[in-house]
Amino acid sequence: MKKRVRHPIYGLMAEFNNPTSLVVAARKAREAGYRRMDAYSPFPIEELSEALGHHHDKLPLLVLIGGVVGGASGFLLQYYAAVIDYPLNIGGRPLLSWPSFIPVTFEMTILIAAFTAVLGMLGLNGLPMPYHPVFNVERFVNASRSRFFLCIESRDPLFDKQATGNFLESLEPRRVSEVAH
Amino acid sequence: MEPSKSPTELSLAEQRRAEVIEPGHTFSTVTDKISAIVLKRKTPTGWFLAFAASFSLLMVLLYAVGKLFVQGIGIWGVNEPVGWGFAIVNFVWWIGIGHAGTLISAILLLLRQRWRTSINRFAEAMTLFAVSCAGLYPILHLGRPWLAYWLFPYPNTMSLWPQFRSPLIWDVFAVSTYATVSLLFWYVGLIPDLATLRDRSTRRTPRFIYGMLAMGWRGSAIHWHRYETASLLLAGLATPLVVSVHTIVSFDFAVSIIPGWHATIFPPYFVAGAIYSGFAMVMTLAIPLRYVYGLEDFITMRHLQNMAKIMLATGLIVGYGYMMETFMAWYSADNYEQFMIHNRMTGPYSPYYWALITCNIITPQFLWFKKIRMNVPALFVIAIIVNIGMWLERFVIVVTSLHRDFLPSSWGMYHPTQWDWATYIGTFGLFLSLLFLFIRFLPMISIFEMRTILPQAEVEEQEK
Repeated sequence: MKKRVRHPIYGLMAEFNNPTSLVVAARKAREAGYRRMDAYSPFPIEELSEALGHHHDKLPLLVLIGGVVGGASGFLLQYYAAVIDYPLNIGGRPLLSWPSFIPVTFEMTILIAAFTAVLGMLGLNGLPMPYHPVFNVERFVNASRSRFFLCIESRDPLFDKQATGNFLESLEPRRVSEVAH
Repeated sequence: MEPSKSPTELSLAEQRRAEVIEPGHTFSTVTDKISAIVLKRKTPTGWFLAFAASFSLLMVLLYAVGKLFVQGIGIWGVNEPVGWGFAIVNFVWWIGIGHAGTLISAILLLLRQRWRTSINRFAEAMTLFAVSCAGLYPILHLGRPWLAYWLFPYPNTMSLWPQFRSPLIWDVFAVSTYATVSLLFWYVGLIPDLATLRDRSTRRTPRFIYGMLAMGWRGSAIHWHRYETASLLLAGLATPLVVSVHTIVSFDFAVSIIPGWHATIFPPYFVAGAIYSGFAMVMTLAIPLRYVYGLEDFITMRHLQNMAKIMLATGLIVGYGYMMETFMAWYSADNYEQFMIHNRMTGPYSPYYWALITCNIITPQFLWFKKIRMNVPALFVIAIIVNIGMWLERFVIVVTSLHRDFLPSSWGMYHPTQWDWATYIGTFGLFLSLLFLFIRFLPMISIFEMRTILPQAEVEEQEK
């Protein structure tokens, strides 16, 4: 039986020229049974996350919860202030004059939902993360400019330096490099 | 080899693309051209001169505000009956300008208008800086600006709460939410470009600073997927937000009972006016910028034309608003309403009213003609005239409605003082200083979004 050991390298990375080759490569890698991998591109590619097998995301639900919490807390804040803690008779209107509480409730909904969207996106992505092994590959600076990368990680059960290297070479990349930890 | 297609044979999509970015660009050239402005190209002498001028104006603001803090609001021209002078006029004007940025970044994103790509970054920056200028005014207008935090609901030893039934408190929430969400949206949009700057900079300090700001962005497919979801959600949230902000600003007027303010047309007419003035300001900034930095490849005639069309459309809505104001004054059969509109058109401030009609209603009619929409200097002039017209509009709404009170014994005139002017001109200093710093240190066009509009960015599906 194979023992879980820390591999000497983080993974193997193939570099491609254009988005099409990257998407094709990602699909082939998934067909070959690889799961622990990630692709890197200088702009969002819709087909790519699908090719890697990612479908569901928690973010929209989190933002919905954020919005509901924001709206409810905004309304309750006004209720507490205007009805319970500091009741004032304004033109004989009821203390709970809810129509005039709508603007603040609305703004609070948007505010908390927007914060959830941003912090949720960063949090789920594990950012900020100033160090990551992929930055060790010298050519990776081009991932934010004009090149497309596929990295199969050594954590993958099918990972074998020789076999995976050969597999990546078969995808006709510009080059394959080792990613140090 | 296949003969190359003639222009008429190009598909509609290809033609469209050719209009928003000049052909021949690649991922590398787009990246290098935009990032070079920040990292490689020598800062033009003009930048230093312009920044020096803006910074001097910023010092004027600092002086005027310092004097206001020391001597009090008496240095301004506001008094009974005109209690809302330049401060509120400028507040509404600046915040209106901000609205175009959100419209371009949020509403046009949801509508999948890809031409927005090259103008959204600096339009968003413009929003942020315009809201900073706007936000100053109501605080300075408080009389005791150092107590501005009393506007926020917090448990305090006085056992007091803000009055949530007042539009002025709605304003606090609307403007602060707007500023915060605009900042978040802008920063999220910058993250991938900050990563590009981190990877492209050759010196240590910029690499460190951009690296920290980019938070370790590495362009992972899963990250991009979530990033796109978050951007869409933010756009969906910012769209009703931007409409709500100027609606609530108009409530400051409409919820009162002053003739000339108490009108149900105010919210839609204010929102249209905001977008109108905002696009005029985007145009005013975009035309010199594309010229000075040679960005005609990215900010093409199609962009200018589209903005001109939006200005024309919103200008017509604003014109409808003016008409309805006049009609409702007559139709209300209310003496005060009728006197208000009569006084506006023929009273002591009538030159301002007719100047506003000329700037806002007559000038944009030239935009019906394609020849004028294709003429860059003409567009620049029209945009500036609209900016002036929209300022006059707010002046007319604020001052003419107040200066003739219900009783003739409390009639008066409004005379802005030199400190009113200094504060107004000073906020240009704040706005332009921030804008010049932004142009110098951050990519003024979204690099990663420009990559997506290139033909190479499309994934070709292979047949099996």
